[in-house]
Parts: sequence; structure tokens; C-alpha cells
Amino acid sequence: MAISPSAIGTGTPPVAVTIERGRLQLFAKATGQSDPLYVDPAVARAQGHQDLPVPPTFLFGIELEQPDPFAWITALGVDLATVLHGTQGFSYAALAYAGDTLVAESTITDVYSKKGGALEFIERLTRITRDGEPVATLNQTTVIRHIA
Amino acid sequence: MTTTLNTRTWSVGDQLPPLAIGRISRTTLALFAGGSGDHNPIHVDLDVAKAAGLDDVFAQGMLGMAYLGRLITDHFPQSKLQSFTTRFAAITPVNAEPTCLALVTGVDGERLTLDLRVELSDGTVVLNGQAVLAL
Repeated sequence: MAISPSAIGTGTPPVAVTIERGRLQLFAKATGQSDPLYVDPAVARAQGHQDLPVPPTFLFGIELEQPDPFAWITALGVDLATVLHGTQGFSYAALAYAGDTLVAESTITDVYSKKGGALEFIERLTRITRDGEPVATLNQTTVIRHIA
Repeated sequence: MTTTLNTRTWSVGDQLPPLAIGRISRTTLALFAGGSGDHNPIHVDLDVAKAAGLDDVFAQGMLGMAYLGRLITDHFPQSKLQSFTTRFAAITPVNAEPTCLALVTGVDGERLTLDLRVELSDGTVVLNGQAVLAL
């Protein structure tokens, strides 16, 4: 099923998340991160940080903190089992820390297909802010495989 | 041309020491689902993966990118990281043993550019990308 180009420009409501130390510590455990900067608040403070820093790719998960994080894509008629992550980019404006409340807000910026419609692509842009100030901008390509 | 960042001098062609990850277990995929917030069952539920026509679950793309993030922050302060992009070129199967690689491809007065790659033990490149660090 082809995704309508009318999806371009549509957005999702902002998601606000307060970053918990425990989640950052679980993220560190899951990614094999042993640098104490990312797991021990005392070490982070000794290195001049206010708390545990949010690691570079953790920001991808901010907007997933909602009851149905994939609603934006299933609402387009897409079966989640056919979805692949194509590309991911981050541009950073400021470090974020445990205790910060971050807001993620996303917009679909492009929809297109390749290989005669066998592959569809959705480009999204997500802005992450703290107190209205930019923390990072994320660019994501989602690929939908249509298996014959 | 060379540039100095984090007290050492970097030149085009320099490689960061490779970061060998070790085997990605099913437990790792489950922990990363919880830690990252990506609960897509295709990475943790074999029934869902099989129903989608796959032989097994596979790693979250963002897990590989997180490993590359570790390689970057092992060598540079995170505050210097300006941009970080990857393309997910192939699936990383469960039980794969990836290695993260970074090559300095650009230095100028203000920035250092790294080309990034995650390879499996058979040489398959599963992620490639780029990071730009400010001086």
C-alpha cells in the first residue's frame, strides 16, 4: 500500500520526558558502556558535569516514551513487521543530563518509493528541546519493505 | 594537515583503535529494548520475527549506533560531538560479533571528521556513517 504524499508536513504531538539516572544506567549496561562518566554521578560531577550525561544516541528514544510510539507509522497503514530503520542522524546543540526534562516533536518531511514501489521511504525530523532551547535535531529514514 | 583535539594530534588517515563488541546475545537485545525505549517486538520476540518471514530476531539498528557512540566518547569528550549520522546497511543477526571502526577523513582548523563503520566477523558492513567533532 502506497503511503500518501499528504503525510508530508504532518507532525506528532510533543512528548516530554524527564531523564532518569536509572534509565541511563540501564542504557549503559545494555550497550556495554563501562566508562564511569556514564554510570556514576559522582564521577560525572568530578569531571565537571551536573549529573550523568545523556549519551549521543539515547535521544532517539525520547519520543518512544508514550503508550503507542509507533502510532504515527501504523496510522499510515504500515505493518510494523515490514519496517526497517534506514538512516539516523543527530545534530547536537547542547549536552543533556539526568534530571533534565526533554521534549521531542517530530514532523514527516518526505515520503517516496524506489524499485517500482517495492520499497517506500519516510523521512522524519525530530527536534529535541529543553526549556524551549535546542538540544539536538534528529533525522530519520524509515524503510518499508513490500514483500511480493 | 593535522589538528589537536583531546590532547593528541590527529591526521587524516589515523584510525581509532577498533572497538570489539563481543557476541550480541538475546539478553543484550532485551536489555537494549528496555534501555533505549524501542520495544519493537521484532528484536526480542522470535514468534514475531518468524511471522514476519525471518529466521530469527536481529539487533536494533540503534544498538550498533550506540556502540559507535561508545567508540567516539572513548576518545573525545561528548561535548565536542557536533553531528553523528549512520546508514543501516544490513541486518545484524543475534549472536553476531561486531567491531566498530573509525577513520579520520578530515581535519581543518575547526573540525575533525570521522568515517565510521560497524563490521561483522565475516566482513559484512552493517552500519556506516560519519561523525563531526568541533575543536
